[in-house]
Amino acid sequence: MAIDLPFIWAGIIAFAVLAYVIVDGFDLGVGILFPWLKTKHDRDVAMNSIAPVWDGNETWLVLGGGGLYAAFPLAYAVALPALYAPLIAMLLGLVFRGVAFEFRWRTERGRFLWDWAFAGGSMLAALCQGIALGALVQGIKVSGRAYGGGWYDWLTPFSVMTGVALVIGYALLGATWLVMKTTGDLQQRARRFAIMSGGGTVALIGVVSLWTPFLNPVFMSRWFAFPAILYTLPVPLAVAGMTLLLFRSLLAGREAQPFVAALGLFVLSYIGLGISLYPEIVPPSITIWQAAAPDKSLEFLLIGTLILVPIIVAYMAHAYWVFRGKVDVAAGYHE
Amino acid sequence: MTQMDALDLARLQFAFTMASHIIFPAFSIGLASYLGVLEGLWLVTGRDVFLQVYKYWLKIFAVVFGMGVVSGIVMSYQFGTNWSAYADKTGAVIGPLMGYEVLTAFFLEAGFLGIMLFGAQRVGRGLHFAATVLVAVGTLFSAFWILSANSWMQTPTGYAVNDAGQFIPEDWWNVVFNPSFPYRLVHMVLAAYLTTAFAVGAVGAWHLLREPENASARVMFSMALWMAALVAPLQLIAGDRHGLNTLEHQPAKIAAMEGHFESRGSVPLILFGLPDVAAAETRYAVAIPHLGSLILTHSWDGEVKGLADWPRADWPNVTILFFCFRIMVGLGLAMIGLGLWSLWHRWRGTLFTARWLQRAAILMGPAGFVALLAGWFVTETGRQPYTVYGLLRTADSVSPLAAPALASSVAAFVIVYLAVFGAGIFYLLRMMGKPPQTEEAEPVGGVPIRSAGITPGAALPRAPATVPSS
Repeated sequence: MAIDLPFIWAGIIAFAVLAYVIVDGFDLGVGILFPWLKTKHDRDVAMNSIAPVWDGNETWLVLGGGGLYAAFPLAYAVALPALYAPLIAMLLGLVFRGVAFEFRWRTERGRFLWDWAFAGGSMLAALCQGIALGALVQGIKVSGRAYGGGWYDWLTPFSVMTGVALVIGYALLGATWLVMKTTGDLQQRARRFAIMSGGGTVALIGVVSLWTPFLNPVFMSRWFAFPAILYTLPVPLAVAGMTLLLFRSLLAGREAQPFVAALGLFVLSYIGLGISLYPEIVPPSITIWQAAAPDKSLEFLLIGTLILVPIIVAYMAHAYWVFRGKVDVAAGYHE
Repeated sequence: MTQMDALDLARLQFAFTMASHIIFPAFSIGLASYLGVLEGLWLVTGRDVFLQVYKYWLKIFAVVFGMGVVSGIVMSYQFGTNWSAYADKTGAVIGPLMGYEVLTAFFLEAGFLGIMLFGAQRVGRGLHFAATVLVAVGTLFSAFWILSANSWMQTPTGYAVNDAGQFIPEDWWNVVFNPSFPYRLVHMVLAAYLTTAFAVGAVGAWHLLREPENASARVMFSMALWMAALVAPLQLIAGDRHGLNTLEHQPAKIAAMEGHFESRGSVPLILFGLPDVAAAETRYAVAIPHLGSLILTHSWDGEVKGLADWPRADWPNVTILFFCFRIMVGLGLAMIGLGLWSLWHRWRGTLFTARWLQRAAILMGPAGFVALLAGWFVTETGRQPYTVYGLLRTADSVSPLAAPALASSVAAFVIVYLAVFGAGIFYLLRMMGKPPQTEEAEPVGGVPIRSAGITPGAALPRAPATVPSS
């Protein structure tokens, strides 16, 4: 067979997950920063900056899950029970924050409750996504065609570390988004949040990067053995460059560049993760070829994906274009 | 008290999260189409009342849609968390159908919802109308794919089974257009439309009783009752065809719905009764002779199979099917009755002053939701004890999870859903209790209504209230 369909699908799902992490990352990040936005005005503006796009952002998560189910059913069937508690908690977090977008405008007395639901749900979802990622990276026990580990296997110092790292990383995305979309006092505050969360993000990228190779000898050889190191070394160097760009642009008062730099940090971390994991989809034992659905399934959905995803990206980009520029402070988005 | 095992808990969780979810997309499907019609009527006629009604229901749609989204994401992950053996075995067949649902429906809805809710001042009227229509089309695409997947579980075709015991696709056309799919799709979309029509009709009636001259309430009431008069009888026909299709492919389900335990000719139609599963008979049956044969076989004394033809281990839950089926059909007949009653008043020219009709319409407001859930229970519990009918047992589909883990997630879902969706339904009812006015853009008690407003004129007086001086 000429075309390696599982490889193509691994690429598509990796793209969907990356798209999710960067687009929902900033709107979860706005939720994470919510408790530090004190006035109703600031909260209204922050929420309105993401209200028209959050639903589309979250759809990438459904594509990641649905695509995994379709293309790698074995990986879906093993990984999801293994990550049961963090995934259920993430879903509940997403419920709380998702309804808050509508509910907080429907009540005055109860608004503080939905502000907390928005902030708490966003934090919980981000923390659980990070924990689930860490638990996947550290490895999942498999017996036969099913999860073979225990109920708390996902909970380790490493997974907690990745959970915290993702919360702070999303906060950086949210803060730089607000720098780009707001003005005045709120923008100044967002800039300070970005500097703090940027420092935290870079530090935690370092910790997780140094920790990961020690989890699995395969990861170690991919990163540090010669000559592999010649190919992997550009990644940490690019992270260093991106960090410099982030802080220089923040300190220089730039508006869009910090957001771009924060996205760059996420993309680079993601590439690093891919270097560690590929070609395993459920480390350490299931590869993308073992988990793949038959070619007939992969082909059928691939045709639609190749046609539809570019169209989706185009109209999503159009939606962002319609709502481009600063959040209109004079009228909010309520007009 | 029997101890619930992991399987029971996983089923309970699925039933609870699914039943909580389905009412929102069903309402969204109907409301999205209704909004498309309203905006189209406004653009064509230029009558302001259609815009007012549009704005009124747009805010409600936004809340309903939001609850549908968040409860739907839970469903898409639950196949893996709770039903991993099922996911492994069916992923190659069901997965691509759900993949297409995401690609053709969810993104389309999400991509244009923002413009529909917030974009009226940023895009032209034509594009805004296109966004509304695309959101409506997205909801229908979603129904298409999810019902195809659901129907495949009921009447699987176009598949083979590989060495690992996985279903693999043989012929995608036969997978997607499996035998029960066209019937189920029509029945479900009509149910979504009727559900919405009765909700809209009840809101219109509620406000007409207080303000008989309210033009917006008149539009709602009149349009809703046209739907009742025209679509409810259609639904009876669609339901009958769906039932005959079920008889062909899942006769045990029909036997349980009808309360038939013995196979025989000239079966009566049991109107009411009490199925006694242990004794395998329906007690206290009030029945019409021959009518069962007539409906199911379209002949006077056609033979119909009873549950005794199957081993007990393969029976679905007769009690649930028997009663839910009667609730659904009873409410369907009541909907047809209300439609006919409205036609009489319409003909007499007394539609907007018929107070008893309006009171009945309020009473029937929730009828669509109840009938929808009852019908859903009929078809889903009727599929038991299988997940893929006749091929994969529910007991062999569940994840290798311990009961305490499942018990805590069931408890978490119940508590969170009751709190969150309870609050959501409270807000919905409060919004529906507000009379539709020409000043639809007024904030509720000083709270900005972010999704309101199509024309700058309507929004202008409200603008200062949205932002406190900073």
